[in-house]
Amino acid sequence: MTVSDPASRKKKPVLTVLAVVALGGAAGAAALWWITAPTPVSAARLAGLTGDAENGEAVFHAAGCASCHMAPDPGADPMVLAGGREFLSDFGTFYAPNISTDPTHGIGTWSQDDFVNAVMAGVSPDGQHYYPAFPYTAYIKADPQDIVDLYAFMTTLPADATPSRAHDLAFPFNIRRSVGLWKALYLDDDWTITGDLTQTEARGRYLSEALAHCAECHTPRNALGALDTSQWMLGAPNPSGQGRIPAIAGPDFDWTHFDISAYLETGFTPDFDVVGGSMAAVVNSLQQLEKAELDAIAAYILRTTP
Amino acid sequence: MKPRSVFGASLICSFLALPVLAQENPEIQQRQGQFNLFVHNFAVLGGMAQGRVDYDADLAQTAADNLFHVTRHDQSRLWPEGTDTDSVDGTRALPAIWENLDDFVAKFGALQDAAEGVQAVAGDGLDALRPAVGALGGACQACHQSYRAEAS
Repeated sequence: MTVSDPASRKKKPVLTVLAVVALGGAAGAAALWWITAPTPVSAARLAGLTGDAENGEAVFHAAGCASCHMAPDPGADPMVLAGGREFLSDFGTFYAPNISTDPTHGIGTWSQDDFVNAVMAGVSPDGQHYYPAFPYTAYIKADPQDIVDLYAFMTTLPADATPSRAHDLAFPFNIRRSVGLWKALYLDDDWTITGDLTQTEARGRYLSEALAHCAECHTPRNALGALDTSQWMLGAPNPSGQGRIPAIAGPDFDWTHFDISAYLETGFTPDFDVVGGSMAAVVNSLQQLEKAELDAIAAYILRTTP
Repeated sequence: MKPRSVFGASLICSFLALPVLAQENPEIQQRQGQFNLFVHNFAVLGGMAQGRVDYDADLAQTAADNLFHVTRHDQSRLWPEGTDTDSVDGTRALPAIWENLDDFVAKFGALQDAAEGVQAVAGDGLDALRPAVGALGGACQACHQSYRAEAS
């Protein structure tokens, strides 16, 4: 090829650009594929753990599993995790799956490691991402021993043969692999409230941030549905209907330690209104914990206001 | 049509499009008044059950008697159709009430039973009062869970 050939002079840069784009595109796609790959919990964290169903029952109530996974009909038994409740969002409608012990429609065939990976990493037994409507975003902060205990308890619960309903999501959110990108951006196991915490406040932080996932409703979200931690517990629009999820921190929240703990125990507000809406099931779960645990949550909640 | 009448017509239309206000549905304020009376008495019993105030048999019995009576107020004219959150402002009563009227009525019946249960034991000491108040709160909660919208 000579410099004097005008045709080749024109062609060469184009070919180079194409080659670079192709290579760069391939590298970019490979990087994207790698970034979005589901990552289970490391085997080292799970090795040698055996479950204690009794503690698992307390974890079950603290983590609020039944609030989402019990059947939607009024009067449904919270111990039958048949799924079917719907959760509206900006991205479409999520349906809580059946997580009862049914071997076909539930999770009856799951191993302990399958379960911990689902709960703490949002990865299914067949290596797919779960959507973060499932609050593994909180459970990632949990002690794996507690989740192993939870597994031991949940294997004692009844089976239910209701098939899980597919989520109804808009493109591109209906592509599960896209959750990998979301996880790369937002999923981490750091505490939100940091600093010098008393032992009770730290226990309350564990219960609230890692298990009870209070922030999932009480904290507003950004455009991609991630919690805006700069407005931690300051209240948020109700994604499932009218009204707002109230602030439980900040200048508009004036409950005392007694008020918070008593509310979680009885469902009565300081003004003697009685809990309703989606919080009713949360109180039904949390009121089964020991009072000291509710006191710890109250201590943490008061600690969240700077 | 003259510009002024176009403006007038669109003004009328925009008023028509506004949700009906609660003030135009006196039943909404009346039933909210009824719930305020529930709370007025429930606060006495709940305060004792939670340990905020000391138990007092006379106060507890009076509040329980009041609750027995106010929960027996005839409901037939308090819940007209079209007074739900989808139809009007100023209410937290969900349309599900009218879609499940039998269940709603049954839950109100459970509230009446729970109020009777509190009335029966209110003067018998704190240990007798507490579970009855818990059951009464449970009856309130059962309805709030299914039929009341979040506050705005």
